[in-house]
Amino acid sequence: MTHADTPVLPSETLITAIAALLADVRHVAVGASSPMPAAGAMLRQALDEQTRHVRLSILGSVAHNFFTNGSGELFDCAGQGRIDAFFLGGGQIDGQANVNLVGAGDYPQSKVRWPGSFGSAYLYFVVPRVILFREEHSPRVMVEQVDFISAPGVSPPDVYRPGGPVALLTGKALFSFDKTRPGFTLVSVHPGETLETIRDATGFDFDHPDEVPQTPAPDAATLALLRGPVLDKLAETYPAFAENWRRDLAAQTQHS
Amino acid sequence: MLTNVDSLVDRLRDGMRIAVPVDYAGVAMAFTRPMIARGLRDLDLVCVPTGGLQVDQLIGANCVRSVETSAVSLGEAGGAPRFNAAVKEGRIRVIDATCPAVHAGLIAAQKGSPFFPMRGLIGTDVLRNRPDWKMIDNPFADQGDPVVLIPAIKPDVAIFHAPMADRAGNVWIGRRRELAPMAYAATDTYVTVDRIVDDNLLADETTAAGVLPALYVSGIAHVPQGAWPYGLWGVYPADTDELKRYAAAARTQEGFDAYMAATDTRNDAHP
Repeated sequence: MTHADTPVLPSETLITAIAALLADVRHVAVGASSPMPAAGAMLRQALDEQTRHVRLSILGSVAHNFFTNGSGELFDCAGQGRIDAFFLGGGQIDGQANVNLVGAGDYPQSKVRWPGSFGSAYLYFVVPRVILFREEHSPRVMVEQVDFISAPGVSPPDVYRPGGPVALLTGKALFSFDKTRPGFTLVSVHPGETLETIRDATGFDFDHPDEVPQTPAPDAATLALLRGPVLDKLAETYPAFAENWRRDLAAQTQHS
Repeated sequence: MLTNVDSLVDRLRDGMRIAVPVDYAGVAMAFTRPMIARGLRDLDLVCVPTGGLQVDQLIGANCVRSVETSAVSLGEAGGAPRFNAAVKEGRIRVIDATCPAVHAGLIAAQKGSPFFPMRGLIGTDVLRNRPDWKMIDNPFADQGDPVVLIPAIKPDVAIFHAPMADRAGNVWIGRRRELAPMAYAATDTYVTVDRIVDDNLLADETTAAGVLPALYVSGIAHVPQGAWPYGLWGVYPADTDELKRYAAAARTQEGFDAYMAATDTRNDAHP
């Protein structure tokens, strides 16, 4: 079954948007437990296969992982400028692109404790194209001001900072980030969303064009790559995610 | 050098600072039950650079005073329930770090250096809550270029699980090189291994490059599947169903206690 006529899934539009944000990258790293960013990076590699080689470093993968110097090597690589793009999430993300991976409420006795900052307090500073990715787009995640800054969106001019946020992609919309303002601008809304639904779901102010375009869905060729080689490759690191994807496709086919 | 887990755990003391590796790099899970059974208290754990099941179980069993870490989670099985509860209730001190800072602290200790400078961090609440980390101006720059100094991390003990060791006490760690700085930095290093080989691993150039020499190893115990339910890179995968079973049970202290009591058969609990 090729699923060529199956309607586009929301996750496929998100993965396509991720691949678009990775245009021209040489080396993209994806942290642990990030199936959609990993799929987006794999799609970028597949789209560019005829013209150039995009390097992927997917933590937790054996097949897509160059590192032989322990878990510190990712950070060494990033510090040297060898990693062009990386993804960060957050329990909270605010209008200044500050991210909080530690907890909600007072620190350290947080109301809700999340795992911790991981490498964000470093990678956000040194990787030039950081894409903020969080599927949940609600006022409890997209807040006016985070309760704890795991990593700041912008830094004063004297702080060494070749890296930082360029975009925020959620389950509802895509924003770009302008570090000179600093702040987000709504770029596009995903199918079914409008400027108003995005406003309601977002706890911070943002700029927007008069007419907000819709996030483009993958074309037929992109869809074939997604449902073929990308899905197969993804199953090595993310078997459960790949299986759900196949199941969703099968369900859509039955309904259409 | 070759002994059993219990005799290694007998060398641990209350209040020790113990380094443990990230979930995919060889966690010596076989140490966990004996540590709990021994009733160790006030341990200061250092996660290299994040923690998981072992840390959560030691916290649930009330063995831990503080955790220095970049994160504690059960990965795909979700958040670490006993860690989260202990932080919320203020029962343990959490010393939040970021991954490369933990590596930097160990590298400083490895080199016998008092600190290691690091980029990033400035403007974070991670730095704001670390009075032991100092910000200075880069002395080699013409004008203000703030950098952060991370003091050496010197654990009393490092514990981990590796695929194999030889009878001379050399441990093969392959590409999991972060286990070496852990051992270099710690006073003592105790290792469990899946198998013991008769050939000397340092005598063969192919294996020698991936070896942590016996010089840095204080004791080895042979425990097949000693990382279970975690996996061992290149040898066996993680038992995700068991991790999920634990995650669900440990949401409450009672559930945690019941899980630990029901599975307290550490030598035959795993396949």
